[in-house]
Amino acid sequence: MITRSSAQRRVEAATRTRSRIKWRRLPAQVLTYTVLIVGSLVMLMPLFWMASSSLKSNYDVFTFPPVWIPQPPQWANYPAALTFLPFFDFFKNTMFIAVSTTIGSLLSNTLVAYAFARLEAKGREVLFYLALSTLMLPYAVVMIPQFVIFSKLGWVNTFAPLVVPSFFGNPFYIFLLRQFFLGIPRELEDAAALDGAGVLQTIFRVILPVSVPALVTVVIFQIQMTWNDFLGPLLYLSKESLFTVSLGLQYFLGEDGGAWHWLMAVSTVAIVPVMLMFFFAQRLFIRGIVMTGLKG
Amino acid sequence: MAVPTTTSGRPATGGTRAITRRRGRTLQQQRARMFYILILPWLIGFVLFVLGPMLFSLWLSFNRWNLLNLPVAIGFENYVRMAHDALFWQSLKVTTIYAFASVPLGLAFALLLAILLNQRVRGLAIFRTIFYLPSVASGVAVAVLFLWIFNPQFGLVNNLLSYLGIPGPGWLASADWALPTLIIMSLWSTGGTMIIFLAGLQNVPAELLEAASLDGAGNLKRFRYVTLPLLTPTILFNLVLLIINQFQTFTQAYTMTNGGPLYSTLFYVYYLYQNAFAFLNMGYAAALAWVLFTIVLVLTVIVLRTSDRWVFYQGGG
Repeated sequence: MITRSSAQRRVEAATRTRSRIKWRRLPAQVLTYTVLIVGSLVMLMPLFWMASSSLKSNYDVFTFPPVWIPQPPQWANYPAALTFLPFFDFFKNTMFIAVSTTIGSLLSNTLVAYAFARLEAKGREVLFYLALSTLMLPYAVVMIPQFVIFSKLGWVNTFAPLVVPSFFGNPFYIFLLRQFFLGIPRELEDAAALDGAGVLQTIFRVILPVSVPALVTVVIFQIQMTWNDFLGPLLYLSKESLFTVSLGLQYFLGEDGGAWHWLMAVSTVAIVPVMLMFFFAQRLFIRGIVMTGLKG
Repeated sequence: MAVPTTTSGRPATGGTRAITRRRGRTLQQQRARMFYILILPWLIGFVLFVLGPMLFSLWLSFNRWNLLNLPVAIGFENYVRMAHDALFWQSLKVTTIYAFASVPLGLAFALLLAILLNQRVRGLAIFRTIFYLPSVASGVAVAVLFLWIFNPQFGLVNNLLSYLGIPGPGWLASADWALPTLIIMSLWSTGGTMIIFLAGLQNVPAELLEAASLDGAGNLKRFRYVTLPLLTPTILFNLVLLIINQFQTFTQAYTMTNGGPLYSTLFYVYYLYQNAFAFLNMGYAAALAWVLFTIVLVLTVIVLRTSDRWVFYQGGG
């Protein structure tokens, strides 16, 4: 509708502009690269500042004008900061929660999403919109009751409150995977059905192998979410031996807030793993999002 | 009871047809049964972790409860108290300003980046990674990093400003600047929104864009009349998601500012958390949570209601 309204004017302009297109592209290209490069610098500068600070001596952190590349780099900051609190345990804890919730998310959400995408049943639409609508529910609404329930179950100071819910589906992943499954040609499943495959066999043998980008997307989102989660661990983990990296860092900040070189060393170690993960999985991740056509 | 007996007791004449039809029906019934089995985990989770807690917290919002004694029913007292609670209004003001500034800015910024990353440029994978990376790591590590970057005396930002001869403000230490600082910081991790925009842009059919350029439309016109209309569903999706997220900001307040200085960064969920787990006002916190839910719900409904005026769906509408 909008395109048609301007169509006539554009036809008239066509002959005039066509000759200009080539040289007009050049300034646009220069502008694109300039913005991209300046933008990249702005995005990277905090990370560079973090790494740089993490290698400074206690004295250099507070010199003005700042030294960008500390000489000599204080590599000893890393072991010193990481043993100030048992950060290796915190990493192990975070890793354990991340892996468990990822397994839970993959198991539950693929099955639920497949059901919503392909199995006709009474009330399917209503249930799907019910699932979607819970996306709007702020965590704060269920926070206190969940805390009460999980404390009654004796789950405070265990990883259970952070892990168990992931085995019961997540509306965002259900939506994402369902959209992806809807885009898979039905013929694949029909062929499997003719061979006598049941629903579960179809899911595991036919659907999941062609859904790798979507599954990678779920894995990345889930690891990222667990890695960065703060409120959950804050509520349920108060024993230091159970701390996640986030909690440990927060505790460190409270204990020794002025030791910026150490804080930056721990922050660097906390940030780098998720960044590496994204770096290696980014092709599949982006393809997964593109193919799910994430939109309203 | 009469109907089933006649169908099942049907004579052998129409036998084969009846059997295939019956088999077809049972296959469908099987698949329907399978549907309920497969969604069971979600359904159980919905009842145990969402619906049940929702009802419990709604009930709690009409009670006074310190987690130790038994809850005492007090009617609407929590809600009345809220109306007179200056800190409640302050937290609502802070959160609303934050959301209304960071959502449009974040959308515009993410869209601009996505458009640039959708061009044919060299080193695309590297640029994409660079722009997405910051949002991979949100949470406490980034909060600590920005605490250092905006350090008034030794931070990166004021150092850079001093090169230009500009005396930098106190940033997070200043009641006027703390909230704007957090808004600026939110732009750094806008990668998630950007990626979803990028996906939307890649779903714009290339034929349409080619047709438009054959018609003589320049870059700007192609964007305005082809890309943007096709992108409106993605904008809607991101808008709703961002509103819901920004109203729940918590970590920055807890880690970076403790809600200060002078309550200038008292985020709603931070105030709610304090009420629940520092002051043990569980009932009041539950009431706060329900008011938050109502606000988010109303805003979402307003956005969705007005969306038919500006959202354009491919293939009809």
